[in-house]
Amino acid sequence: MKRRMLVLEDGNVFKGYGFGSEKETIGEVVFNTGMTGYQESITDQSYNGQLLTFTYPLIGNAGINRDDYESIFPTIKAVIVKEFARVPSNWRSQMNLDECLKEKGIPGLTGVDTRRLTRVIREHGAMKALLTDTDSSIEECLQRVRSKKLPTNQVAQVSTTRPYVSPQNGRKVVVIDFGLKHSILHELNKRACHVMVLPFDTSAETILNLNPDGVMLTNGPGDPTDLPDVIEMIKELQPQIPIFGICLGHQLLALANGAKTYKMDFGHRGFNHPVREIATGKIAFTSQNHGYAVAADSVDPKRLSVTHVEINDGTVEGLKHRAYPVFSVQYHPDAAPGPHDAADLFDQFIEVMDAQKAGMIHA
Amino acid sequence: MPKRQDIKKILVIGSGPIIIGQAAEFDYAGAQACLALREEGYEVVLVNSNPATIMTDKEIADKVYLEPLTLEFVSKILRKERPDAILPTLGGQMGLNMAIELDNSGIIAELGIELLGTKLSAINKAEDRELFRALMRELNEPVPDSEIVHTVDEALDFAGQIGYPLIVRPAFTMGGTGGGLCDNEAELREIVANGIKLSPVHQCLVERSIAGYKEIEYEVMRDHADNAIVVCNMENFDPVGIHTGDSIVFAPSQTLTDKEYQLLRDASLKIIRALEIEGGCNVQLALDPQSFNYYIIEVNPRVSRSSALASKATGYPIAKLAAKIAVGLTLDEMKNPVTETTYAQFEPALDYVVAKIPRWPFDKFATGDRTLTTQMKATGEVMAIGRTIEESLLKAVRSLEVGAQHIELPECADLPDHQLIDKIVKAEDERLFYLMEAIRRQYPIEELAQLTKIDLFFMDKLLHIAEIENTLKQSVFDADTLRYAKQYGFSDQAIADRWGCTAEEAAQLRKKNQLTPVYKTVDTCAAEFQSSTPYLYSTYEEEQESIVTEKPSILVLGSGPIRIGQGVEFDYATVHSVKAIRQAGYEAIIMNNNPETVSTDFSISDKLYFEPLTVEDVMNVVELENPKGVIVQFGGQTAINLAEPLERRGVNILGTTVENLDRAENRDSFEKSLKELGIPQPEGDTARAETEALEIAERIGYPVLVRPSYVLGGRGMQIVDNAQDLMTYVRGAVKLSTEHPILIDRYLIGKEVEVDAICDGETVLIPGIMEHIERSGVHSGDSMAVYPPQALSDNVIEKIIDYTQKLSIGLDCIGLMNIQFVVHDQTVYVIEVNPRASRTVPFLSKVTNIPMAQVATKIILGQSLKDQGYQNGLHKPGNGVHVKAPVFSFSKLHKVDASLGPEMKSTGEVMGSDHTMEKALYKAFEAAGTHLLDHGKVLFKITDEDKKEGQLLGKRFAEIGYTIIATAKTAEIFEEKGLSVQKIEGKGQKNVEESVLDLITNQEVDLVINTIGKNAAAINDGLYIRKASIEKGIPLMTSLDTVSAVLRVLESRSFSTLAL
Repeated sequence: MKRRMLVLEDGNVFKGYGFGSEKETIGEVVFNTGMTGYQESITDQSYNGQLLTFTYPLIGNAGINRDDYESIFPTIKAVIVKEFARVPSNWRSQMNLDECLKEKGIPGLTGVDTRRLTRVIREHGAMKALLTDTDSSIEECLQRVRSKKLPTNQVAQVSTTRPYVSPQNGRKVVVIDFGLKHSILHELNKRACHVMVLPFDTSAETILNLNPDGVMLTNGPGDPTDLPDVIEMIKELQPQIPIFGICLGHQLLALANGAKTYKMDFGHRGFNHPVREIATGKIAFTSQNHGYAVAADSVDPKRLSVTHVEINDGTVEGLKHRAYPVFSVQYHPDAAPGPHDAADLFDQFIEVMDAQKAGMIHA
Repeated sequence: MPKRQDIKKILVIGSGPIIIGQAAEFDYAGAQACLALREEGYEVVLVNSNPATIMTDKEIADKVYLEPLTLEFVSKILRKERPDAILPTLGGQMGLNMAIELDNSGIIAELGIELLGTKLSAINKAEDRELFRALMRELNEPVPDSEIVHTVDEALDFAGQIGYPLIVRPAFTMGGTGGGLCDNEAELREIVANGIKLSPVHQCLVERSIAGYKEIEYEVMRDHADNAIVVCNMENFDPVGIHTGDSIVFAPSQTLTDKEYQLLRDASLKIIRALEIEGGCNVQLALDPQSFNYYIIEVNPRVSRSSALASKATGYPIAKLAAKIAVGLTLDEMKNPVTETTYAQFEPALDYVVAKIPRWPFDKFATGDRTLTTQMKATGEVMAIGRTIEESLLKAVRSLEVGAQHIELPECADLPDHQLIDKIVKAEDERLFYLMEAIRRQYPIEELAQLTKIDLFFMDKLLHIAEIENTLKQSVFDADTLRYAKQYGFSDQAIADRWGCTAEEAAQLRKKNQLTPVYKTVDTCAAEFQSSTPYLYSTYEEEQESIVTEKPSILVLGSGPIRIGQGVEFDYATVHSVKAIRQAGYEAIIMNNNPETVSTDFSISDKLYFEPLTVEDVMNVVELENPKGVIVQFGGQTAINLAEPLERRGVNILGTTVENLDRAENRDSFEKSLKELGIPQPEGDTARAETEALEIAERIGYPVLVRPSYVLGGRGMQIVDNAQDLMTYVRGAVKLSTEHPILIDRYLIGKEVEVDAICDGETVLIPGIMEHIERSGVHSGDSMAVYPPQALSDNVIEKIIDYTQKLSIGLDCIGLMNIQFVVHDQTVYVIEVNPRASRTVPFLSKVTNIPMAQVATKIILGQSLKDQGYQNGLHKPGNGVHVKAPVFSFSKLHKVDASLGPEMKSTGEVMGSDHTMEKALYKAFEAAGTHLLDHGKVLFKITDEDKKEGQLLGKRFAEIGYTIIATAKTAEIFEEKGLSVQKIEGKGQKNVEESVLDLITNQEVDLVINTIGKNAAAINDGLYIRKASIEKGIPLMTSLDTVSAVLRVLESRSFSTLAL
């Protein structure tokens, strides 16, 4: 294997070996604490533009299978591990991680002290980093990293450009694709929803003309404030139709209702984040992947109520509109990877759509 | 929800003596639980019969009852203490069964006591096979086809329906006792018949074998608000078919995709919610390696061995939180004790790999059946933490102390190919070593995976180790190869062996290349949150997380895995030493590798290094921490053996110096010292060749006691009474040679006495003298011991005190010392000196109220006995008599002879205390599970040597109304004295032996007495009787001294009836 290194903008250097694609890459380096689910995470479009470090040291043990992709063309910048499994073992495995990354054109870095890297990120926050060959000059690398401006059009990079349908016989749901995970479609289809997936920049009018029973705002990468048009679109939709937002969708919904978002130091990436539902006190372990969050003190209680919080740092994890059948969560009830504890939120969405249709609310 | 205010006083039930399947993990769990309850302000009353535990220390509970865990005694305590509630789910199966028994007896209802934690009805649902299966069906959770049977015929019927192989699991037995895999009718008949007997409810589950599936465990917790979490999941290296306690285990699971992980997580949480578990619970699952099909194997509705492992593997203290849940607290209101910043409602994320390897007793039980089945046989386990599978596995292997610094044993290399494959297919304790050998011989790993059903992923890791071995051989002294090998956990010794140099040379090259380990923290959260927990493991990476403070520190070496001869007693001493070090104002650092014990609870010491106890691993910590010194005398032979090599490397060994340790341990210098001090010892000598052995034996006269010069717990020790047997011994197991000499001593028949002494170089404190019930010839660890002595003359006691003081001062002992004496014809001889803490330290500490290990530690740190307020000489005993009795695990170990001798066989101990010797003895027997009937039938089969004594004992049995049954030859002995004896004869087709077995099998006897002579050829005499008694759970005595003690108890309970 070729020696490669990761140069962080704060000057920290991590040397290891390259695997996967041999591309050089720059992006934001983040970490994920999940011990399983690397295939789902790597193909999660919310990691667009990011170099993903797995804190669990052995990645790829169960190989890569045909079922567990969350997108077809992942846009993650790089995968950083302590060790990847050269001989994976699982009945569904079709290739090892190295082969998968080569195929998808994603560079990997192995043999690094990922715990040290994680601690650096925890202390100094997620930051820019360059993955390159070790013969490059570190000074030069640093200059490149520091001068690199990260893109702000991440959603445009990953959203579908043409509408498509994931058919079922049942409720009509419009899914606005900000970088959706396939698992969201799975969950909706499983509940007999006829899903129409639309590009992120679809207008409210187009959506309303399709006359859906509800609208799903999906997860996606980047800063929600980069999407002012989407926020306007949501403002138009929400008085008229049930909406369920997940992750970036949740942040956009908050922005559309006057709240503010902020960039977290190193985000929530993993699936052991305990989240309390305020109404019931019930706690669910949730699958999370977000670097931005809704500022709790910016939530206008006349417009939105906070429904869920992370129990350790108090992050706003769920919102509900005071007047409209509109709600959102910061985490992934679709799991994949992660616990299924919050899967019932999809059922709630169905109930809200059905109730709206029956004229039980806001008739 | 806040904790409950309506209860004030809580009784905690401990787990009793250590036996296979129920070991030190419950000391850890119980101690944590008691402390947690006190922390919440409750008054805690503890009952446990095991003195060797931290949990039975006075400081752990408000009141500690060291009493038998029987209905009789626990009821008495309940009546006296009137607790508001009982917490039974932290004392293992023993604690649970006790609670069920109490509940059935009606006393719980009568006194209005509440059972805390998981409700008994739920426990029943999890443990009763039928109820459990019904629940699983209701939840739509799959269980393998199975049938509850109460007779062998029912089992055969079921086999007729679904075929073989089948697994048999007796209900309500711990460690899977009596269970097993059956491939045919004969096996099914045998195992079911036995299982029905061993099950307290006389039922077995017979189920379709899913051997070969992946075995996965989930450690889960739930509180009464229905918050539920997975603390940890684990994957067994060995697939289903081998008891999880006998399996190599990795945490977290390694070969599951997220779908599979979540599938099994959902099932586990669904089950604990349905059972309404309040506390910890363990769910074992079998997963088809070829599909998403899975089965629930079993659910343990309590804290278990696996939860202790999960606690140490993650840092998350399950037992502590389980106790708090039991009093009403919820997971989302308690802090995670590791981070102290996040809540306990948290599923730990690991950023390392944990490997656990069981420690089996077959080094002691050479004849034992080593096959691994669904019945657990291991006595203990080791755990290691690393950043890769290879690293943690290799660290675990060298923690085992089986003479291997690598996955490599000399006997494997010599094995012909076909035998090697046998050893791989039929799993025994050393399978890992044979697998590694097969891989070295280039067997394809796919084939090996096929043969063993061990996952290919793990096989590839072994292959990788073999590849590194080859690279090492090809690149001698190459720094890059060295770095790579170290990163994958190779020891210096393993590297040196391939380079043809010494480990020290390899270490030098390593240091020259700045290759030293860093220490990373176990923090439950993969570094996501700040954590200051000083719980560390080594690895060869970049960042050093261990912060060396300015405070002077002392390093204490622990005792490694629990094994026969080195049990939880040494962990007890270690923990006490740490306590004293902290009190003295030093930073206490501990190194150990046993996940079951209290010493590896990170809150015990200032810093815990969870590491193998080898010279290399200890030196690495020493070089980083630069402690003021290292204490070795509390960690058993494990730590003592490290003293000399550590000192040679410049480490300051505190306490008795290495030179003086050697004076006590080295035969020749010890003999010299005794001569100088004028202390008698049995005549003896060291033999390095056969002829020399014969000469020595001839000179001192048979019978002689023979043993290898280096022993632990009497391993390889035998009494030999003729030249032929001596030859058999030296040619057999011990393989006498100049490198491996044997010691030959005159065997003195007499009373054995044991003393622990504490010495500061000037003053010698003797906390107590313990008199053994069984005469010399039975290993001290297997003898019942009485404190204070009841039958020693003042003269003898004076001599013992005198010799003890002379020895302590003469050998310059600083700290603890243990001396064993034999009193023969009123002469006191010294037979053994151990310059370290012994097995009896906890027992004696408890009965004398002298915290011996703490006193010794303070001496080691420079505080004299006088400074600590202790006087020279024998501590004055209080009122009362205390008896320590051994407990055995023979029912778990096939083909191990239950006869007592110079080799230690017990796994645990209990204690009985009362005002009279008889009452104390009664309690000790009860606590050890030997229930004595006031009248009944006693079966005798004794040797001619024991004739006279036997006659007297027989007479005493007859006096109190026991019926004596005997084999023909033994019957004659009694008839000589005019005793009426029921003679056993062959009946019809059956010979005498079969008739005896019938009696035992049909439980027509209540007590079996069987002695064997010192003639080695007779060692198998009566083996069938001993085997049958053990299997049927009938009290068996193989020493007439024990029988005499039994009679003392029975006589004291019986009124004499004298005709005029």
